[in-house]
Amino acid sequence: MTDIVVRPLTDLTVSAVTDALEVDETIDEFEQDTAHGGGTTVPGRGVADRSSDPEVRRSNGLRISDVLAVIGAAVASLSATIVIFTQLAPLQGPIAFAAVAYIGFVIFYALLVAADESAPIVRDRIVMVAVHSLAFVVFATLVFVVAFSVIRGAAALPHLNFYTQDMSLAGPLDPLSDGGIVHAIAGTLIQIVIALIITVPLGLTTALFLSEIPGKFARFVRTIVEAMTALPSIVAGLFIYASIILLFGLGKSGFAASLAISVMMLPIMIRSADVVLRLVPHTLKEASIGLGAGQWQTVWRVVLPTSRSGLMTAVILATARGIGETSPVLLTSGFTAGLNLDPFHGPMVSLPLAIFEFVKSPEPTMIARGFGTAAVLMFIVLALFVIARVIGGQTIAKREKRRDRVAAAIAAGSALATFTVALARSLPDRARRIRNFFPTRGTPASTTTSTTTSNQDGNP
Amino acid sequence: VSSEPLLDTPRRLTVLRDRPDITFRSVARAGGIVVLTIMLLVGLFLAFRAAQALGVAKGSFFTEQAWNPDAGKFGIAAVLVGTLLIAAVAIVIAVPLATGTALYITEYAPERIRRFLVGLVDLMAAIPSVVYGLWGFFFLQENITPISRWISQTFGWIPIFAVDGVNPDDPLATSTVYTSSTFIAGIVVALMITPIITSIMREVFSQAPLGEREGALALGATKLGMIRSVVIPFGAGGMIGGTMLGLGRALGETIAVYMIISPIFAIQPHILQAGANSVSALIALRYGEATQFGTSALMAAGLTLFLMTLVINFAASAIVARSRSGASS
Repeated sequence: MTDIVVRPLTDLTVSAVTDALEVDETIDEFEQDTAHGGGTTVPGRGVADRSSDPEVRRSNGLRISDVLAVIGAAVASLSATIVIFTQLAPLQGPIAFAAVAYIGFVIFYALLVAADESAPIVRDRIVMVAVHSLAFVVFATLVFVVAFSVIRGAAALPHLNFYTQDMSLAGPLDPLSDGGIVHAIAGTLIQIVIALIITVPLGLTTALFLSEIPGKFARFVRTIVEAMTALPSIVAGLFIYASIILLFGLGKSGFAASLAISVMMLPIMIRSADVVLRLVPHTLKEASIGLGAGQWQTVWRVVLPTSRSGLMTAVILATARGIGETSPVLLTSGFTAGLNLDPFHGPMVSLPLAIFEFVKSPEPTMIARGFGTAAVLMFIVLALFVIARVIGGQTIAKREKRRDRVAAAIAAGSALATFTVALARSLPDRARRIRNFFPTRGTPASTTTSTTTSNQDGNP
Repeated sequence: VSSEPLLDTPRRLTVLRDRPDITFRSVARAGGIVVLTIMLLVGLFLAFRAAQALGVAKGSFFTEQAWNPDAGKFGIAAVLVGTLLIAAVAIVIAVPLATGTALYITEYAPERIRRFLVGLVDLMAAIPSVVYGLWGFFFLQENITPISRWISQTFGWIPIFAVDGVNPDDPLATSTVYTSSTFIAGIVVALMITPIITSIMREVFSQAPLGEREGALALGATKLGMIRSVVIPFGAGGMIGGTMLGLGRALGETIAVYMIISPIFAIQPHILQAGANSVSALIALRYGEATQFGTSALMAAGLTLFLMTLVINFAASAIVARSRSGASS
């Protein structure tokens, strides 16, 4: 017992003591961390207590010297780099400029901090700068990769025919106002729908099997499924190519591509669905069984409703992977420039494959079409992802609250409807009563607006 | 009544299942069996077809560099080395980037943008690889050449950075020798796997216990001291596991690599020089013209790749499961 308690503590003390004690900084950070993480709470001070303390405590840990050090280092490194590039060294290009300026910034910043702080704090600041810049590089590059496709494809995207025509009548030299990618969009949709028809029932059943009927066999299946998540997508494509197309002679078709995508998607879906199902609290299942429900009733009424959003997320994320994979489709679907809606006969192109074929051409219009197709594909993936986030972000409590809101709205709506209907029904009656109030006016039936109803009711 | 001593034996439970339960259990089990059959079928079919080519090539399959299956002269020495080099470049670039990004998200980022950044990283992991390939082919290829040239001129004395057939003193020398290289393919693959590795690292970093973080800070550690003494030791298993999962993806990546490299069938140790190859690019390149036996040889190459990623994935999940951070998941 003592060993377990002592070990992490000694680890901590040793390494924490080697980094010098810098109380001033870290208390601020400590307060921040506890405030955000909600670990320990400081007992609240009374109002009278606070008023007796004139100085308001800074809690963001930022001092004017910190900001000035960053600005000063930036100015110094920029100036030094300009001097180096114009006067000293034969260096060229924006990338080299950025690299030299960055190295200069880190050195100047370290020197500035070292002027009035101790060595551990200088190291802390350098790492802080490094982490910020690494994260910036990653996010900037990834956003740039996406934006690059959209910008290069911007010439193709505004043309309406891009979404309504195929490429069967448009050659590489034709302008962007001719031809489009409707064949690829249709192909992707058909292939992914077939793949989902295969993988969703099979995948969810297997995930239920793995989590609900545990045993040696289930463990074995789980191991094999985990092994198959390592299957490179091109090997999945090669398998379908060698078995379905070469061995059974089905020919390259949309269906073969769907099978290849299914082989790739199935392990991914089963694995994530299995994780989601295992997160269902045991207490819920035990409560259900304790109330006398059987296993199937427990699964249908407790397990599946509890994990519904997680399962949806698993399916949607596997779909996003399946839609974007090029290599299995490259081997199995064949390529065509025309629209083919029959998945069983003839080649059927999908979006990733269309991109791949478009950019093989040296013609700028074809390359623009390729980038435009990439933008469409990314938009579909983004849409799927947003749907998955929205569904996956729903907890049961949130869903119930929304259902309550919907129910309340329906109740309010139906009450309103009942009231309206009752009002409408009573209108003729009221009209008659009003008319009876003024008996001197002309015949009632000809003057009322609600003629039909009043006629049905009729005057005695 | 009975003279026998009462033993603490568990009561025998008899479970009577009604019809829906029996149906559910048999349907679920049938689903499991079907999936198992499909998966085993894929593995066995690959192994069976690969055996035909391996039987002909025998040991030379792993030493021969050329790929002429119909002449009986084929092996994966060149493509395997190429695959490993591309993956190595990708890992060397991706791991620092991913570590920095994961630390930024969990430790430095303002609270209000943290959720957004997490979503952004997950979304980037779902971006199709062909999009990264487009970027690599149309943007990186042109703009990375000066850096390749600079590295080869400065560090050319290290063998892997050397570039043959170029005169470093000639400013007008053509730059095509620096394109379509292992280095460029590695950078593109690195960008693809960075979100995957980041996502796993962020997960384990965020699970580092708050009590220990506060303990470190209370003892006077700087933020760096806290990260080094609490966060990194806690997340070490997840870091290694995430890196290996990224490596598995890097080895199997096809399209982005295929678009960038100019395939050669010889071991190319110079990563900055034009000409590279990988197993998956080989399959994409040669499947169309392959004969019956040629397909079998490609299957053998694919099987080798699959076994490599398989070992790496299992090792990764074992490391993650044994580590302190992965024990709960």
